Amino acid sequence: MAIQTLTRDIFDVKDLNLWYGDHHALKNIDFPIQKKEVTAMIGPSGCGKSTFLKTLNLMNKMIPNVKITGEVNFDGDNILNPKTDLVELRKRVGMVFQKGNPFPQSIYDNVAYGPRIHGVKKKTHLDEIVTKALIDVALWDEVKDRLHAPALGLSGGQQQRLCIARALATKPEVLLMDEPTSALDPISTLKIEELILELKEKYTIVIVTHNMQQAARVSDKTAFFLMGELIEVDLTPNIFSMPKDTRTEDYITGRFG
Amino acid sequence: MNTRSNFDQNLNQLKKMQLEMAAKAEKRIKDAMLALLNQDIDLANRVISGDNEIDELEHEIHEKALMLIATESPVARDLRRINVALKVSSEVERMGDMAVNIAKSVVQIGKDKHIKELADIPHMMEMALEMVADALTAFYTEDISIARQCAEKDDAVDDMFGKLIHELMGHIPKNPESTNQIIQLSFVCRFIERIADHSTNIAENVVFLETGKRLNLNH
Repeated sequence: MAIQTLTRDIFDVKDLNLWYGDHHALKNIDFPIQKKEVTAMIGPSGCGKSTFLKTLNLMNKMIPNVKITGEVNFDGDNILNPKTDLVELRKRVGMVFQKGNPFPQSIYDNVAYGPRIHGVKKKTHLDEIVTKALIDVALWDEVKDRLHAPALGLSGGQQQRLCIARALATKPEVLLMDEPTSALDPISTLKIEELILELKEKYTIVIVTHNMQQAARVSDKTAFFLMGELIEVDLTPNIFSMPKDTRTEDYITGRFG
Repeated sequence: MNTRSNFDQNLNQLKKMQLEMAAKAEKRIKDAMLALLNQDIDLANRVISGDNEIDELEHEIHEKALMLIATESPVARDLRRINVALKVSSEVERMGDMAVNIAKSVVQIGKDKHIKELADIPHMMEMALEMVADALTAFYTEDISIARQCAEKDDAVDDMFGKLIHELMGHIPKNPESTNQIIQLSFVCRFIERIADHSTNIAENVVFLETGKRLNLNH
């Protein structure tokens, strides 16, 4: 049983601590994340959930004065090891942000960007990657006739799906999503949520969301963060029906000052 | 700062409506019993005509509960509380129906002299009413121990029911001219037994509200 669990964990975070200067932003986090599951992270602003997310592909290494201790084991290797190849890591652990942020290029070039910098040059191969990624995010039918039009001409929801396609084009194993629908209208939000449920067949997804119903709808597991601590992580139905910690219940029922 | 004071107010109001409905149903049951003991047909008819009021309260509770689900996206204990409001109000509504059924039996018996002085039936009703009171106290205080105490009394009511039916059936050969009355009294016993069962169901809902677990206390 223990071995099975071990092999299903794509991330195994142990005793993770992170400081921004003097601010202790993550405190003694132990958190295994399973393959091909959707893990949602919830908590009030400043609780550390986005910081934790960005630690999974070391995006926060770019922030000055950041100090990280502990272990973030990804597929068996501790990525906090200074020898970690960050470009390779971010290829395997892709990221999508709050608001769609396409490059000021064509739809096609946005999706082809990652594969190109990773050395894919052949047009037929690039075409194949772009088509597949756009099909995967259910954007293909909407853009197939204007692949070379500017990406910034797409709607907000389409831009966000394009950014997910751009992340998928490098064939990541994990997709990190930082409030991916907070800037979208309800219908675009539901489309992204449907997409998340389809993508989890192939990818591991870790999502930060302020929308608790969204966490309840799309995730297999939910983690509640508060003031830098991981208070509770459990199967999503348990978190939203009988959370073990009263602080979790106070937060999810909206009784948290 | 309570970030959900409006929602909390609505939940409290929902609970008040349930308690008001339960108090009315409890009163109807007592009135139906009084009508039986005193052969008071007028009182029995008032119990029958007063049932609409309980039904209307149930509709109001259901509408309010559904509106809160639609507007407040309740989870965890809040969601259980609303679920319990829907379930308990249906149980109380059925209790009100039982009071009406007893009252209808009172009308059927009319002024015919009772085959014997009614002692065991009122005793059985006292036991059931004690369960109703326990269930409502458990619901009001959200105290599982009172809920369990309520459910534990159900076996005694069931035993009493079995004993009374046996006894009443024994009267038919001796008093065939009173068959109608004996059958009506048997019905009354059955209605009282159902009131006890509805109390147990309310107790189960209190356990669910507190623990999130559905237990069958109604063995």
